[in-house]
Amino acid sequence: MTVARYHTSTLFLALLLWLSLAGCAATRTVNNQAEVPARHSISEFRDQNFAEVSDPWEGFNRDVYRFNYYFDKYIFLPLVSGYESVAPVFVQERVSNFYNNIGEVRNLTNSLFQLKGKESVTTLGRFVTNSTLGLGGLFDPATSFGLKRHSQDFGKTLGYWGADSGPYLVLPVFGPSSVRDTGGLIVDSSIYYGLYTLVDPFAHTGQSFALDSAVTALGVIDTRHQQSFRYYESGYPFEYYMVRFIYHEKREIESGRPLPKL
Amino acid sequence: MRYLKLLFIACLTLLPVTGHAADDGYGYPIPGAHEATILGTPAAMMPTFPAKMRTRQLVLDVIPDREKPPVFFYDEGLRCTFAYHKQKAPLIFLIAGTGAGDRSMKLMTMMKAFYQAGFHVITLPSPSHANFIISASQSRIPGDLNEDSADLYRAMQAAWKAVEGEIEVSSFNLCGYSLGGTQAAFVAKLDDERQVFNFRKVLMINPPVSVYTSAMRIEELMQQIPGGSKKQGVFFNRMLSKFSEFYRYGNFVAINDDFLYSIYTEKLFSHEETAGLIGLTFRINLAGQIFSSDVMTNSGYVVPKNRILSPRDSVFDYFLVSTHLSFIDYFEEYLFPYFQKQQPGLTRKAFIESMSLRSIEGYLKQSAKFGVMTNENDFLLTREELDYLRQLFGGRAKIYPRGGHLGNLEYTDNLAYMVNFFNL
Repeated sequence: MTVARYHTSTLFLALLLWLSLAGCAATRTVNNQAEVPARHSISEFRDQNFAEVSDPWEGFNRDVYRFNYYFDKYIFLPLVSGYESVAPVFVQERVSNFYNNIGEVRNLTNSLFQLKGKESVTTLGRFVTNSTLGLGGLFDPATSFGLKRHSQDFGKTLGYWGADSGPYLVLPVFGPSSVRDTGGLIVDSSIYYGLYTLVDPFAHTGQSFALDSAVTALGVIDTRHQQSFRYYESGYPFEYYMVRFIYHEKREIESGRPLPKL
Repeated sequence: MRYLKLLFIACLTLLPVTGHAADDGYGYPIPGAHEATILGTPAAMMPTFPAKMRTRQLVLDVIPDREKPPVFFYDEGLRCTFAYHKQKAPLIFLIAGTGAGDRSMKLMTMMKAFYQAGFHVITLPSPSHANFIISASQSRIPGDLNEDSADLYRAMQAAWKAVEGEIEVSSFNLCGYSLGGTQAAFVAKLDDERQVFNFRKVLMINPPVSVYTSAMRIEELMQQIPGGSKKQGVFFNRMLSKFSEFYRYGNFVAINDDFLYSIYTEKLFSHEETAGLIGLTFRINLAGQIFSSDVMTNSGYVVPKNRILSPRDSVFDYFLVSTHLSFIDYFEEYLFPYFQKQQPGLTRKAFIESMSLRSIEGYLKQSAKFGVMTNENDFLLTREELDYLRQLFGGRAKIYPRGGHLGNLEYTDNLAYMVNFFNL
């Protein structure tokens, strides 16, 4: 479980950094001038709210959102751009394919949890094809054979079986989530590390800690490399709500049960 | 704008649209003006660009000692994207359209096209974008073409100062789309007076002739919503459930290009609804402008005067309030009163007239450096305004038969025309 330990310590470091930042956030500018009501206020509009998502911990979430911005800026993105400048694009693509192929295990377990037979077979077919013909996942011939990737995770499985998303939650480093999806993330990671320990690919190398750590670290960097999202990049003052809404709605729609054809 | 687009269209860039067999020799496939505006150009119909470019983001201190409220803590200066070559090359400034930042998708595509053709490129956010209001607008109140263009001109000089030691430049050029196109004309006029860059050529892409009339025309799109714009929340929620039900009835893998393509082919949204969605996107953009300007000036328009917002405060009510305000509200209650205070005696009519290309037509007519590129069915322009552009620019007006407002900007032919205009 060396990899798991490595992972936990990253998370711990992140939390520590975040707490120190939250301390700074407490200091706020005080204005002694009396407030004057604004010319337009919410009371004058008789319309439904839109793009609204349950978010009782908004203050906390905004703090974490801000923490992630700084974490990205000073730690994560410099690592990612270092990787991008060292590795040729061809290599980057192979690395992404490799980790995406490992991710098929998560897709498969969750397709099975949702009793989706056809989808499970497709995903298994992808995994087998890409692991063999695709040289251990470095290439993705399955897609050109018409086997489409079905992204699944335990959060979606819970949603599929009717669990409510619960309040919105922004996780340190991981970003936008919900109470349900955070639970899902823990389950998926446990399954992953369980299987990883079972397989223990570097057991006989005598360097398993170093190699396990390297695989995990590269995986983390690749994940961020594949994500083009940048905190506050839009500059739009309501970006937090847009991200919250899109995240929530996309998850709701994708995890919902299909309706019968009319 | 980007986010709403993400929901309705994002992945459409990979859309496998079959070629439109029009007999006019122009291959852009989407005939409807509203549809083209929302869908843009299918990825297969865009040129391919080099994977690697020498590029970096500039963060400019355009207005020294600008005080920034805590809620905008992340704004460290005006953001411009800079792409450069090692050898001597012409430099082109690109100005974004309403509400767009320096990395908007359209600007990035234009940047790649010009870069590939051998230009150094600097992109600038629109003066109506929050980053510009916070970091580069002198008045912090966007909307006046003359002032906004002066702000742009100052920003360009700051950007040039930041990079002039690194590159060799053979000439300066200027291009902008939508509102940025109209602003480009005003910036060029200012440059002719001050002679800093001496722009060699200037291209306006889908520019409004009159900013006021064009904004009104977008607001009219909102009137196609049942109950009008005051019921946009109801409309939004209804469109959303339509969208989500459509997904659940179909056999889709994810919200991806296939799904979004079927929204278009199955005509999930009616013509009126598509119009409403464009109007709503405009409103969501405008809300960002109204809120940032109000916070920066402490005007008490949507945020109570003297309230200091912290980065963790909820601003959701301000979001709802700002999105319910129209361009007309902004103009009548906020923009015009400000300028009337600055220039006593300024009439409403004179102010509106100053927000138009017509106010500098004498200049535009006598200068050979200008060109315009737009579409027959750009709903920002009236028929009369389109004829006006034709008559003003003659052979230097390139008018495509379709594309709506900016829908065909990323289409191969259009990008080729753009680059070629500056190569001549």
